[in-house]
Amino acid sequence: MEDRIAEIFMRYKGTKVELVPLLQQVQEECGYLPEEAMFKIARFTGTPESEVYSVATFYAQFRLTPMGRKRVMICRGTACHVRGAPQVQEAVERKLGISDGETTEDLEYTLDTVACIGACGLAPCMMINKDVHGRLTSKSVLKVFETNGGEQGEE
Amino acid sequence: MKSRTVLICQGTGCVSGGSEKIFAALEKEIEQAGLADQVQVKATGCHGFCEQGPLVITEPDGIFYSRVKKDDIPDIVQSLLPEGQPVERLFYHNPVTGEALPHYKDIPFYSKQQRTVLSNCGHIDPEQIDDYIAKGGYDALKKVLNNLKPQEVIDEVIRSGLRGLGGAGFPTGRKWQFCHDAPGDTKYAVCNADEGDPGAFQDRSILEGDPNSVLEGMTIAGYAVGARKGYMYVRAEYPLAIKRLRIAIAQSKEKGFLGENIFGSGFDFDIEIFEGAGAFVCGEETALIASLAGGRGAPRPRPPFPAVSGLHGKPTLLNNVKSYANIRWIINQGADWFSSRGTDTCKGTAIFSLTGKTANCGLIEVPMGISIRKIIYDIGGGMPGGKAFKAVQTGGPSGGCLPEEHLDIAVDFDSLRKAGAIMGSGGMVVMDEDTCMVDVARYFLDFTQKESCGQCPLCRLGTKQMLEILTDITCGRGKPGDIDLLTEIAEAVKNGSLCALGGTAPNPVLTTLRYFRHEYEAHIEHKKCPARACRDLIRFYILPEKCQGCGMCRKQCPVDAITGDKKMVHIIDQSTCTKCGTCIDACPKKFSSIVKVSGEEIEVPKEPIPIIPRPKKDQAAAKA
Repeated sequence: MEDRIAEIFMRYKGTKVELVPLLQQVQEECGYLPEEAMFKIARFTGTPESEVYSVATFYAQFRLTPMGRKRVMICRGTACHVRGAPQVQEAVERKLGISDGETTEDLEYTLDTVACIGACGLAPCMMINKDVHGRLTSKSVLKVFETNGGEQGEE
Repeated sequence: MKSRTVLICQGTGCVSGGSEKIFAALEKEIEQAGLADQVQVKATGCHGFCEQGPLVITEPDGIFYSRVKKDDIPDIVQSLLPEGQPVERLFYHNPVTGEALPHYKDIPFYSKQQRTVLSNCGHIDPEQIDDYIAKGGYDALKKVLNNLKPQEVIDEVIRSGLRGLGGAGFPTGRKWQFCHDAPGDTKYAVCNADEGDPGAFQDRSILEGDPNSVLEGMTIAGYAVGARKGYMYVRAEYPLAIKRLRIAIAQSKEKGFLGENIFGSGFDFDIEIFEGAGAFVCGEETALIASLAGGRGAPRPRPPFPAVSGLHGKPTLLNNVKSYANIRWIINQGADWFSSRGTDTCKGTAIFSLTGKTANCGLIEVPMGISIRKIIYDIGGGMPGGKAFKAVQTGGPSGGCLPEEHLDIAVDFDSLRKAGAIMGSGGMVVMDEDTCMVDVARYFLDFTQKESCGQCPLCRLGTKQMLEILTDITCGRGKPGDIDLLTEIAEAVKNGSLCALGGTAPNPVLTTLRYFRHEYEAHIEHKKCPARACRDLIRFYILPEKCQGCGMCRKQCPVDAITGDKKMVHIIDQSTCTKCGTCIDACPKKFSSIVKVSGEEIEVPKEPIPIIPRPKKDQAAAKA
């Protein structure tokens, strides 16, 4: 991890303005924000550790615990909500045996609810990593997990 | 010269339906059919009609194919041959009349719109700057840099009457003037693409479908106010928009539309992308600027306004994606043309994400002043499945819900505000009789309560208290006096919050109380949810006189709450049932033996009993 973080730092000047992009890059590399990495970012940018923590916990994108290989994001936008997102969420929770914000023990899946992924025309929808799956029902969402374990579920 | 073009939508909606694979398959198939020198295949941005995706359109005849699958490709390619016929099964059908509408221009969803800002979306390849240039792209920038002084540009924008399309509706030209007049050598132009309203996706579609139009508007703005650096603040959740923006920025630098000495005018301008890390409050301008500067996105009191003191304390112009995308139209067509559309106080067009329970969902652009009824019924096609309209929600978590009697009001900043809703960032969610208005209010409060930045105690704690009361009401724990208490807290939160997030957070509660008070009362006094949506207040029953013991519901119940055998009336164990509704969908239509009720109990057997066989005549009728 040391080397990879050093490599990321090479691309930045080390100013406070770069705090958010730095956190994003480190999370992209490590999958989450390890405590040690946040200390390093604080020293690198000359920002108090408390402030790095404060910024990291302010934004929805950042997470302080390891994430599963696949991040399942269930859209809870308004359009999805009125078209049955709660039922979809419940079906996924039952399927994976975890609830919102949790990760499966085998580190395969992390389940998150997100405000809106902007695919309201396909409501209700969810994203697995960067793939959007739309027009879900509590039944069809299970099929997404059965085909290729959730990646590129539609064919 | 290729005589025909096939357009394939590569917006987020269609990509999720597999349009990338369709694109590849189509190119291959055209090659094999020997049509490669006659037909061009083009990947485009969003057509707005995401619900019908993946979309394929053939030009110049304008045939519109909806819900295309990979297997349909050979037939589409056949249709391109000289004697080929259009593929009828892929035509769009009017959801109400069932009539097939083969041509793009005849589909009411499009024909009733006035697509201006969205006119390129779906018709050009967003990753090819030449496509944009062929549609008159960067003409406006050239005209501005070669012929107009900054003040002349600002005057034109003021005269156009354009108002900020991010939600508040502040006159764009005046904002430019403030920033122009503010002292200082270093100024910034920022684009707010932190589209956070749940239920709105127009900024995303513009950035994905026509990114150069936003870059051009920003560059013109930079010239007008005296900024040499621009920032595009985009949500990290929009990876495709970010990718296309990066391509557009690189291509316009190559062409000399960005960078140093643009069009030989001596004007330098550069745009950098900043990926927002996900905080709704960052849609507020001072919060966005704080976030750009590397900190928490917490709003601060205004004045000073960002136009005077913004990013790093320098004058900063902040406009929404749609506002910037309008600029080239004002410059090219003139302020008079622009202001000839719309109403007295609101000029131009409005873009909405029409979603929820309408037959047609998608992105629409309509003249300001059109009635909500026209949007929902003419463009949206009305309510599917014979359901009754209940409410329309505009403006996301800051907006409100309007009932049937307000459907004829004009859509513009002022009329909507008067009715208690707002234009906001353009979400328009239609709700039918199955939507519980108390639950909708609870849903929005749940959102704003989580997204409150926490600075103002009334916003932080007040939204939490309101959420708890609303949750209690939807769970059947509502008490007399709850409505008064909700109103009181709502007023306090409204008055005691620094920014618009807190100031408007109570709106969903206040408007639902104003127009749907009876639903609150039914929940509190009779423990009944009239829409049969609140789980704690509903029950599912299998009617013994209708159940034929087929076992479909039992097999599909995810929690094994249903007991029964072949030819036995099935029973739902109410203590195990999670009220997911799977059984209602599973029960064959000819039996329709499962009902959902609220506020009443139905007498059913405690143990499975033999079914009551249906008369033969009935069965025959059901078969027919």
